[in-house]
Amino acid sequence: MENLTVLSYDLRKDVIEIICAGKAGHIGGDMSVIDTLITLYFKQMNISTENMDDPDRDRFVMSKGHSVEALYAVLAKKGFFGLDEVLEGFSKFGSKFIGHPNNKLPGIEMNSGSLGHGLPVCVGMALAGKMNRQDYRVYTVMGDGELAEGSVWEGAMAASHYKLDNLCAVVDRNRLQISGNTEDVMHHDDLHERFRSFGWNVIDVENGNSIEQLDAAFNKAKTVKGRPTVLIANTVKGCGSPVMENKAGWHHHVPNEEEYIQIMKDLDERKEAALHE
Amino acid sequence: MSKIANKQMICEVLMEASKTDKDIVALCSDSRGSGSFTPFADAYPEQFVETGIAEQNLVSIAAGLAKCGKKAYAVSPACFLSTRSYEQAKVDVAYSNTNVKLIGISGGVSYGALGMSHHSAQDIAAMSAIPNMRVYIPSDHLQTKELVRALLKDEKPAYIRVGRNAVDPTYEEGTVPFEMDRATVVCEGTDVAIIACGEMVKPAKDAAAILKEQGISAEVIDMYCVKPLDKEAVVKAAQKVKAVITVEEHAPFGGLGSMVSQVVGSECPRRVINMSLPDAPVITGTSQEVFDYYGLNAEGIAKKAAELVK
Ligand SMILES: Cc1ncc(C[n+]2csc(CCOP(=O)(O)OP(=O)(O)O)c2C)c(N)n1
Repeated sequence: MENLTVLSYDLRKDVIEIICAGKAGHIGGDMSVIDTLITLYFKQMNISTENMDDPDRDRFVMSKGHSVEALYAVLAKKGFFGLDEVLEGFSKFGSKFIGHPNNKLPGIEMNSGSLGHGLPVCVGMALAGKMNRQDYRVYTVMGDGELAEGSVWEGAMAASHYKLDNLCAVVDRNRLQISGNTEDVMHHDDLHERFRSFGWNVIDVENGNSIEQLDAAFNKAKTVKGRPTVLIANTVKGCGSPVMENKAGWHHHVPNEEEYIQIMKDLDERKEAALHE
Repeated sequence: MSKIANKQMICEVLMEASKTDKDIVALCSDSRGSGSFTPFADAYPEQFVETGIAEQNLVSIAAGLAKCGKKAYAVSPACFLSTRSYEQAKVDVAYSNTNVKLIGISGGVSYGALGMSHHSAQDIAAMSAIPNMRVYIPSDHLQTKELVRALLKDEKPAYIRVGRNAVDPTYEEGTVPFEMDRATVVCEGTDVAIIACGEMVKPAKDAAAILKEQGISAEVIDMYCVKPLDKEAVVKAAQKVKAVITVEEHAPFGGLGSMVSQVVGSECPRRVINMSLPDAPVITGTSQEVFDYYGLNAEGIAKKAAELVK
């Protein structure tokens, strides 16, 4: 079995290449969420190019759609399309690789980009699973800034009302959004308590950039009956290089040449360290 | 020729006015950076409200503030402001008649490659259909300045859409023709009338220059006041010419083209051609690439006009 932590640095490098090629993208949130995506696509979900039309496949909706570059890197690795296609087209004239998930592409279920849609859509998907007595699971990942949208909490309310234990949401809790710290812009603490009061099973993932910890949390979520589960994944925005880590300005910054070189060097070093762990 | 983005001009005018007017309140939804409102938030923290990523909340809070004497300016991307918080705009702003100015930034296809979730190509139709909602789409920063100064003087709801990037000015510093709710005649002509709004006005003006070389006389009208539409200006122009062209950064239905067609059709029938974005998700690209692809540039407008009057 492949070392997924090593893979996470390779895919981070792919993300950097995509962003530099397209001169656009949301680098900070890509880097914080990519380990969640890797865990879902390589450990948890029964989804592949072979079963992508199978009604029993697990479903994923990228609610924080702006982190699409991370999703592109993961889906390319899974073989849904070629990385070279993404590198060539991303954000360019006439391309189908736009700056948010679009379901004209294989492997993408729902279009997103406007925040606060993913969870309610997943409530519908999970409800359909219950109605049809299918046992697929439904996953979504939201940003923490995104949680200010009222629709998130309408979805949260419905998910527990309908006892959707086939639904698992992840909050990419990197504590930053465009305008700065989430707690300064619009605070969410105590986030765990908020979800609990909405009837959810809450799992804190201490290091939301640890694939091991994420995997264990997803496994635990599967055992909980009668309630939806949310993983509060405590992540680092820009995770992978000190050049971009925990810096609000890197929400959608495109690295210049100097930054690019340093970031790639840092990613290589961390990859090297992961290889010898 | 200096050029700054229209959104930045809005911020500058409000900051100037806020020196003496403590009732002005700007609201943002994690949008102060994209809206060029960070200087306002820094200079007047007591006159600034951040709602986080919550556009519905943004508009209702603005309405509440306005009802209690504030002059509320809610600044958020046009795509979210005009669709996510549409009901709040309809009920809390227009219906309850609160002094809220909805500032839709990065309007139209400004967000180019980000896809349809980020495009506001139905905002004119949506907002214009609400009774008591006015819709303004200024063409350059100089007109924007006049518009915001005028809006500061009234207490009625309005939706203002501006683009993301600085655009070449249509007018010249110091001599900006502006009368509130009156269209601006950019240049006079007798063969064809081109009626445009927002970022389409400059290419319309340039198209008139191209047409002039071909011996075609084009009138260009800047209909920044999409609602209330300056009907008189439409009729006056239409009466002089053989055909009318409308140009807008909007879906083909319910926008400037539809409104102008209604007026021309009932008051002084002439052929009207509507140039707009398609009834489909637009092609991926920068806004200029998108405009060029759909012929929404000087050459495209001139070509259409020449065909029409031939
Ligand atoms: C409804 C809506 N409002 C605003 C935006 C613009 N926007 C894109 S990303 C973003 C910040 C997101 O912050 P967060 O959810 O914390 O994501 P992350 O930090 O993980 O990137 C905003 C405001 C949007 N995409 N959708």
